[in-house]
Amino acid sequence: MTFNIYDFTSFNRWIDEGLNSIMPPTWAMITEMAIIGIVFLLFYAVVGLFLVYAERKVCAFMQNRVGPNRVGPYGIFQTIADFIKLLMKELVYIKDSDKLLFNLAPFIVIIASFMALSAVPFAKGLHAIDLDIGILYVIAVSSLGVVGILLAGWSSNNKYSLIGAMRSGAQIVSYELSVGLSLLTIIVLAGTMQFSEIVEMQRNGWFIFKGHIPAIIAFIVFLVASTAETNRGPFDLAEAESELTAGFHTEYSGIKFAFFFLAEYMNMFLVASIAATVFWGGWMPFHVSGWAGFNTIMDYIPPFVWYIGKTAFIIWLMMLFKWTFPRLRIDQLLTLEWKYLLPINLVNILFMAFLVLMHWHF
Amino acid sequence: MKEIINLPVSNIEEEEYHINMGPQHPSTHGVLRLLVSLQGEIVKSLKPHCGYIHRGIEKMCEKDTYPQVIHLTDRIDYLSAHINNHAVCLLVEKALEVEVPERVKYIRTIMDELARIQSHQLWWSSFGMDLGGLTCFFYGLRDREMILDIWEETTGSRFLQSYNCPGGVMQDIHPNFQKKVHAFLKTFKKKIKDYDRILSGNVIFENRSQGVGVLSKEDAISYGVTGPSGRGSGWSCDVRKTEPYSMYGQVQFNEVLRYECDTYSRYMVRMQEMHESMNIIEQLIDNIPEGDHSAKMKAVIKLPAGEYFQRVESARGELGLYVVSDGNKTPYRMKFRTPSFSNLSVLDHISRGMKIADLVAIGASLDLVIPDIDR
Amino acid sequence: MDNETLKARILEIAPDAQQEENKQFLTLLLPAARLHDLAIKLKNSPDLAFDFLFCLSGVDYIKQLAVVYHLRSTQHKHALVIKVKTDDRVNPNFDTVCDVWRTAEFHERETYDMFGIRFNNHPDLRRIFLEEDWKGYPLRKDYIDEVNIVEF
Repeated sequence: MTFNIYDFTSFNRWIDEGLNSIMPPTWAMITEMAIIGIVFLLFYAVVGLFLVYAERKVCAFMQNRVGPNRVGPYGIFQTIADFIKLLMKELVYIKDSDKLLFNLAPFIVIIASFMALSAVPFAKGLHAIDLDIGILYVIAVSSLGVVGILLAGWSSNNKYSLIGAMRSGAQIVSYELSVGLSLLTIIVLAGTMQFSEIVEMQRNGWFIFKGHIPAIIAFIVFLVASTAETNRGPFDLAEAESELTAGFHTEYSGIKFAFFFLAEYMNMFLVASIAATVFWGGWMPFHVSGWAGFNTIMDYIPPFVWYIGKTAFIIWLMMLFKWTFPRLRIDQLLTLEWKYLLPINLVNILFMAFLVLMHWHF
Repeated sequence: MKEIINLPVSNIEEEEYHINMGPQHPSTHGVLRLLVSLQGEIVKSLKPHCGYIHRGIEKMCEKDTYPQVIHLTDRIDYLSAHINNHAVCLLVEKALEVEVPERVKYIRTIMDELARIQSHQLWWSSFGMDLGGLTCFFYGLRDREMILDIWEETTGSRFLQSYNCPGGVMQDIHPNFQKKVHAFLKTFKKKIKDYDRILSGNVIFENRSQGVGVLSKEDAISYGVTGPSGRGSGWSCDVRKTEPYSMYGQVQFNEVLRYECDTYSRYMVRMQEMHESMNIIEQLIDNIPEGDHSAKMKAVIKLPAGEYFQRVESARGELGLYVVSDGNKTPYRMKFRTPSFSNLSVLDHISRGMKIADLVAIGASLDLVIPDIDR
Repeated sequence: MDNETLKARILEIAPDAQQEENKQFLTLLLPAARLHDLAIKLKNSPDLAFDFLFCLSGVDYIKQLAVVYHLRSTQHKHALVIKVKTDDRVNPNFDTVCDVWRTAEFHERETYDMFGIRFNNHPDLRRIFLEEDWKGYPLRKDYIDEVNIVEF
């Protein structure tokens, strides 16, 4: 076995062959699934907790504060302490709420973000499933989350929650279009929906450079639309705390609230990693064609670090938005989508198709 | 075709969606309850329900002597506590025909303007927060801290100072006072540019506030919407200009007026007023004359029988103080005409047909302080 | 307009008004029955133009209950205080002026809440600060509350 930090393919094959040699193929597959599931759960929890911490620190940095600094060095265990607190809190049951849907909603939200994560390539050979319709799968699965939000708002028997859920429904359904179309722009350029191939095609230049102007426009549109899709500020209308107290999760407490909270951060992680994969080359190092020496040095940085670095940068951008801008109003939000982003996107796809046809891309 | 359009609308109107904003709600800044009737996101009408923190200050005043009343006025509009105290002192001094020393006038005016700046800072913070820009809240509170420190040194209290007393002020200013005020002015002149940068020039903010909650000048007068909210409708209602008291007649400053009549213009009036207040303080702070910090007053203050009225410009608008005296040491009847109370009455009128989010913005732009409403 | 001409002008439209002594403002006691008519005239006459009602207070003079209106003209910058009084302590009522000055709507509700003075034709005359089932009118001088008010 060769464990190579630059290529996980042989490592995966070694596990697969090892399991197949000691048990029948069906059991080997089930064991593999279980291992992947556990690894993803751990990854999910760690990333979620870290993102909450990161957001607090970024927000504190923006606001001239110190941020969490008591639990552990630089407060890095603060979110773990918070998580334990949330675990121990009472789950309040709301009178006249729809018990089944009320309990189901946080799980739908969290499962949607969890499922979408499985298609993301973290490094060469390091992904759970490499679907040939990866992008379509991610778009389809991640938009399931809105069902959870609608259910949460509906079943809470709270007027604020209902308004929040309705806003969220309108918002996500609208912005789904822009997310899809901006990714479609890159699919036109790449000619495939498979994540591994998309990454591989960016070996000699990331798509944001290859597709020049249309790709940059698509990236900006994707960033705006995906921020809206994850219900983050300045598009956090669904939970606008100065208007709707906490929107759709007003009535949730304890671990169920933690699920919503975690899912929000994981959605942010998810859209950031899709943006990183599709526009910024995923785990592919930064290469400039012709500069062999430079490219070799870049290759020494492990792919996983590239991937995490790009994702973290985009997350950081989204956090800056959130803590800078005031919130939009619902009609302005929909105007932005239907009157600006969508037409821009449609023209942009044409533009990109023309570019590809004329071979003007790099 | 016409029928098809009309039918569902009339059905919707029958089923109004009522929502209680408050008593506990992040954007009412206190225990105010607004019963809002909605049609979708649109506000059809709203009814304010106040009185959750009504303390009966007017009744309490009837049992208290005039120096005691001052401590109650702090609690009316806690953000312009100095200015409220000032009103009582001016009224008592006018009734007794006492001339206060020049030094007192200077100190009171400077303190009033500091109160106005810190009140507007807190308003700006919460305005930003109500629109979803949480960072504003910390910027505003950070700078406000400097004024509270100045107060703490001179008056002994950071928030409810009761620094004024009939005839003067409680004690002389701290030796560091002038130095610290200068330091504050220097810092805040830089920081207020940040305020403009983060909120005033922001596209989202401008879209959220322009054309929202239009209050015409006629309505402003009819509803008695005074202060920055009234001046945002182009109504020249600054008591400091129309009926100057203390040093206001002798300092140069502009009455800020804007004519757009919307949330944005009310916002800009307050932002400009902070500059004007700094301007006033700058003119006074180096020229505080030497002298006594209080005029000689009798131990027991008894107002001659009669009726008195005093108006001052508090941070929220015109504070009127109506006193009926029967010659005793306690007022016979004391009425506070508080600005927030009148400003609240217009909320229903200007927020009809707006969105819930606009209602929050309008409420924030009127700068309501709930104890000022409830008294 | 100074106080003398103002007084003469108002006596034209309300001959039965009585002047009360006040150093600051011209104070006139008006007949309660004609309050609403006079309010409209005060606001709409171009030379008077009292468009800003800046204070409306109830006062309990023990024998009488009074409502005091502080008026100002934003155009001519003159001020006027008008008063109406009633001897009826059981069911005192005046006409509302909230159709003339909109700010009166809340102030009249407050006066009703605290003094029990009813305003006829008021669109929404409910208690504003106290609960609907509160007994008595706290700012009246004969109000007794053994629980909340401690007499020294």
